[in-house]
Amino acid sequence: MAVMTMIQAITQALDLELARDEKVLLFGEDVGQSGGVFRATDGLQKKYGDQRVFDTPLAESGIAGLATGLGLQGFRPIAEIQFFGFVFEAMDEIAGQAARMRYRSGGRYTCPVVYRAPFGGGVKTPELHADSLEGILMQTPGLKVVIPSNPYDAKGLLISAIRDNDPVFFLEHMKLYRSFKQEVPEEAYTIPLGKANVVREGKDVTIVTYGAMVNTAVQAAETWAKTRGITAEVIDLRTISPIDIETIASSVKKTHRAVVLQEAQRTSGVAAEIVAQINEQAMFYLEAPILRITAPDTVFPYAQIEDEWLPTQTRVIEGLEKVLSM
Amino acid sequence: MSAVLETKPTQFLQILDIDGNVKNSDWMPKLSDQELRNLMHKMVFTRIWDGRAVKLTRQGRLGFYAPVAGQEASMLGSEAATNKEDFLLPSYRDIPQSVWHGLPLYQAFLYSRGHQHGGQIPEGVNVLMPQIIIGAQIVQTTGVAMAFKLRHEKRVAFTYIGDGGTSQGDFYEGINFAGAYQVPAVFIVQNNQFAISVPVRLQTAAQTLASKAVAAGIPSMQVDGMDVLAVYAATKQSVDRAREGAGPSLIETITFRYGPHTMSGDDPTRYRTKDMEQEWQLKDPLVRFRKFLEAKGLWSDRDEESTIEEAKTAVSEALAKADSYPKMTVAGLIDQMFEKLPDDLIVQRAEYASEEGR
Ligand SMILES: Cc1ncc(C[n+]2csc(CCOP(=O)(O)OP(=O)(O)O)c2C)c(N)n1
Repeated sequence: MAVMTMIQAITQALDLELARDEKVLLFGEDVGQSGGVFRATDGLQKKYGDQRVFDTPLAESGIAGLATGLGLQGFRPIAEIQFFGFVFEAMDEIAGQAARMRYRSGGRYTCPVVYRAPFGGGVKTPELHADSLEGILMQTPGLKVVIPSNPYDAKGLLISAIRDNDPVFFLEHMKLYRSFKQEVPEEAYTIPLGKANVVREGKDVTIVTYGAMVNTAVQAAETWAKTRGITAEVIDLRTISPIDIETIASSVKKTHRAVVLQEAQRTSGVAAEIVAQINEQAMFYLEAPILRITAPDTVFPYAQIEDEWLPTQTRVIEGLEKVLSM
Repeated sequence: MSAVLETKPTQFLQILDIDGNVKNSDWMPKLSDQELRNLMHKMVFTRIWDGRAVKLTRQGRLGFYAPVAGQEASMLGSEAATNKEDFLLPSYRDIPQSVWHGLPLYQAFLYSRGHQHGGQIPEGVNVLMPQIIIGAQIVQTTGVAMAFKLRHEKRVAFTYIGDGGTSQGDFYEGINFAGAYQVPAVFIVQNNQFAISVPVRLQTAAQTLASKAVAAGIPSMQVDGMDVLAVYAATKQSVDRAREGAGPSLIETITFRYGPHTMSGDDPTRYRTKDMEQEWQLKDPLVRFRKFLEAKGLWSDRDEESTIEEAKTAVSEALAKADSYPKMTVAGLIDQMFEKLPDDLIVQRAEYASEEGR
């Protein structure tokens, strides 16, 4: 098994799927010749040619629309949105068009498109690069949304996304791209979409989270176990749409307490949805209200204050203490 | 200066050749000796500051920065043709125009570092914050220009976009609206040959980017973007006709950025050759204009040296001022969300304020 970063795992997943299925196409701004601004597609144009891996003109609506058209003709386009903040440019094609194609045609047409985009705070990008806009995608019927938290998951989930027959948005947290390595099998493997992962077992509180916050949650849980002897169970959602409420509910039934941790702003979005679903499925097992640990409801902050704005380990521990004391 | 702007988007305007000789005296703008010297001063000053900014970014003393060397004539020749009452909608690379239009340099540095005060444009300075979303400035320019038209003000809205940016829907929409409403807008397309790594030939099958204006029904032309007099002359005509109520127009400047796309990891060797870079250096806007001025006795080594010193001092002073500017707080950011904070934000603000107070 090779040890690799998340970006390497992503490149490998793309490479394997391009090799496996000639209907897979890869395109976006700067993905061809230069191999992408993060080098996620490095070497792929050379290997598969510029008919299958290519640079597009600078227009996100054009990119997403191209994917819709190719998708309904049976290709499996992987469309890169260079940074997630630019997704607003492509929202009609994604939410208004591709996500409705199956429904509108009563199953006659489908759009097996994967949209890939880097996002996430802590790397000090200019504005509208790092924003956590996943809540908007999550509210789009017909669209699946995947957010891996580590190299192994990224590869398996991306391969599943590419093979899926419906549109999938695959979000890659920039801070995770190169921050740590993990053992990843060389060959192709899949991780099912819509299945969460219990990354740390515990019995006192459940922390539900995803993306880069999984590491923050695990670290907080470890610190907490050492200092207080209390154990937190950490659930990595992996897919935020659909949500694996079964895994969450069975954990909450065991721990009786839950916090939801997200990098995104507080109002609406993933955390609010998880709270609602826990209430529906496990309300009577709860011994305390469910707490959201999130960023405040401002626009994504200026680079110099990102670290204070994003939820920190300290903030998570404060949250855990709070639900424990209720 | 007559009809050239009107109809020929494939026409290429050059006034000075690469040796600084006047090739096209018909278009020679009527500038005083001092105005000519000012153009050179701005370009030399900007080249020095850009070099310093690149270094400071490498040292981690600045944050986000898109280098401009090579594009000085395109940027400053055009800005110089506007009035301070005219409103500038810049992109992320158009920091020099913003500063010469009135944005204090230390605020440009704070913008680069990711500080809110970088966007707090002083009253009386007619500049918007740099646009990150490529194309958004084009549609907005039409709106700003419509406001001037509605208020019968003799002001112009002007904006910049790159070659890549002309592929955006917003670009077409914005210039089309401008034509439909005949607003006083000037669109400057800086064609520096690449959008990050993507060459113009992959962006479009159009013969020139200026020709995109044809379908919007607005006049346009291509100019040598390494020739500050050509850029000035074309922009002046555009701005004047807009001010007189004759409607919008578009200018494509043919230029080149010598450096990487931004200082955040771009590697130009992946997409362009050393030969190409050297070819463009031969067209350098400063070299060409310096020769022209020296022949007229309007620029000397002493002028050059004093401008360089002035630029270095201005950069150090701006940097010191940026360093001493107070840090942001999350509570402070929350305060900027609405005119009057709603209750839920008041609660959130209190959480952060108590933490930040301690
Ligand atoms: C809507 C949008 N899409 C993509 C980007 C990412 N991006 C930033 S600069 C750039 C290339 C722009 O090239 P061009 O328009 O030619 O202008 P230049 O940077 O060369 O001045 C890209 C793709 C962005 N900022 N906004």
